[in-house]
Amino acid sequence: MKKTRFYECHKALGGRMIEFFSWEMPVEFKGIIEEHMAVRTAAGLFDVSHMGEIMVRGKDALAFIQHLTPNDAGRLALNQAQYTALTTPQGTFVDDMLVYCLSLEEYLLVVNAANTDKDFGWVAAHQAGFAVSVENVSDGYSQLALQGPKAQEILQTLTSINLAGMKSFWAEHGKVAGIDALVSRTGYTGEDGFEIYTTSAQPAAILEEIMKVGQPFGLLPIGLGARDTLRLEAKLMLYGNDIDDTTTVLEADLKWIIKFKKGDFLGRDVLEKQLTEGIKRKIVGFELIEKGIPRPHYPVFAAGQKAGQVCSGTFSPFLKKSIGLVYLPVELTGIGTEVEVGIRDRQVKAKVVSTPFYKRGGK
Amino acid sequence: MYPKEYRFTKDHEWVKVEGDTATIGITDFAQKQLGDVVYVELPAVGKTLDVHQTIGVVESVKAVSDVYSPLSGEVIAINEDLNNSPETLNHDPHGKGWIIRLRLKNKSDLDQLMTVGDYEKFLEGPAS
Repeated sequence: MKKTRFYECHKALGGRMIEFFSWEMPVEFKGIIEEHMAVRTAAGLFDVSHMGEIMVRGKDALAFIQHLTPNDAGRLALNQAQYTALTTPQGTFVDDMLVYCLSLEEYLLVVNAANTDKDFGWVAAHQAGFAVSVENVSDGYSQLALQGPKAQEILQTLTSINLAGMKSFWAEHGKVAGIDALVSRTGYTGEDGFEIYTTSAQPAAILEEIMKVGQPFGLLPIGLGARDTLRLEAKLMLYGNDIDDTTTVLEADLKWIIKFKKGDFLGRDVLEKQLTEGIKRKIVGFELIEKGIPRPHYPVFAAGQKAGQVCSGTFSPFLKKSIGLVYLPVELTGIGTEVEVGIRDRQVKAKVVSTPFYKRGGK
Repeated sequence: MYPKEYRFTKDHEWVKVEGDTATIGITDFAQKQLGDVVYVELPAVGKTLDVHQTIGVVESVKAVSDVYSPLSGEVIAINEDLNNSPETLNHDPHGKGWIIRLRLKNKSDLDQLMTVGDYEKFLEGPAS
């Protein structure tokens, strides 16, 4: 199994380690609910070094990324990032990802750990005709995410980068705890926060210093368990659960990452046709009205007929409700529509609700 | 840690016998493995259970775990407090976190269960 460069830190912090797509990662430290609430009310620190990084360099780097993705990378200024996807010609997902513009001829793609090899293969296989070089630089990168309302205050004590002046989805190079890093105001929890990338061979001091400085603020180390519940409350997609190569970007309710005006890209024709003709199914959020917990693959029924199956589902630690995502025929996607979730031998009442389930500063 | 008078299963249930009544729950080891318990599905009072039949389900944020009956008998009480406070299973697994009470059908079922010494050894072994 692969270990991140923070593995020893996790052991020292009492992390319970599990295998996650061939990585040995902490699933929890103090407990999923306590960690979850720490991120919502104070701050949490995540090791996300298992994420993949693919560097695209060259004269045609931008044109190449425009070809591979539905969002408009042409809008990215130097040191700006965007959420986007690698799409198939069918308008479905190879993966979802972040793209960073590091220079006009250098873009960093940050992809899901489980998909890194597949994505790199996909990107490399499409480079014909573009003056680019593509490199899987995942092994050289470590990545931490510091998330929560106290994230800025904690991180500012360890870096000379002016964090207050950094807008959402912008990045800057600088030192964190004396180590060279790229810091961006991004994350996958629904909170304000930062992601810290470094190619240092010994980055453990960053984690250790953040933990030390953050302690008085209520900072906790966070495992994969709470990462999952946090991102689901914020309705952030998990590849493999909520999106994959059978779901289109429109069905996944991610129309905002499609910029048809930018020109051609893989899957454009299908997505444009789907937009004109209308989609037949769409992902929606639901919550249970009765007791129970929806889990991935549980069947969802409407008027006694199977209408879909649960993608992501969990008990929401913040809302104290059972929530989930499901693809339903569009006629069943109206807010308030009642459906049932098959949990073992019961059919448990649920209803379609507006998403995100949790919005910072909102409900 | 584990009460001396209790008996245990390899699936990490515990049993406390008083006369012909057995109280059943899951062990501290089991609750630690599960993490924060957020839902417990209980059987109906009056249900008869065979040895190893499913009593109910304990769910944490991450995991779903069946609870099996270590003994045969009739369910005479369920811990309804768990409906509103499932976290009691984490806080007091061997006491207030009990799950059901059975009227024992077969006292000899007990012979199949581990003593506290056996269970502690079992936990240390490679199979745990």
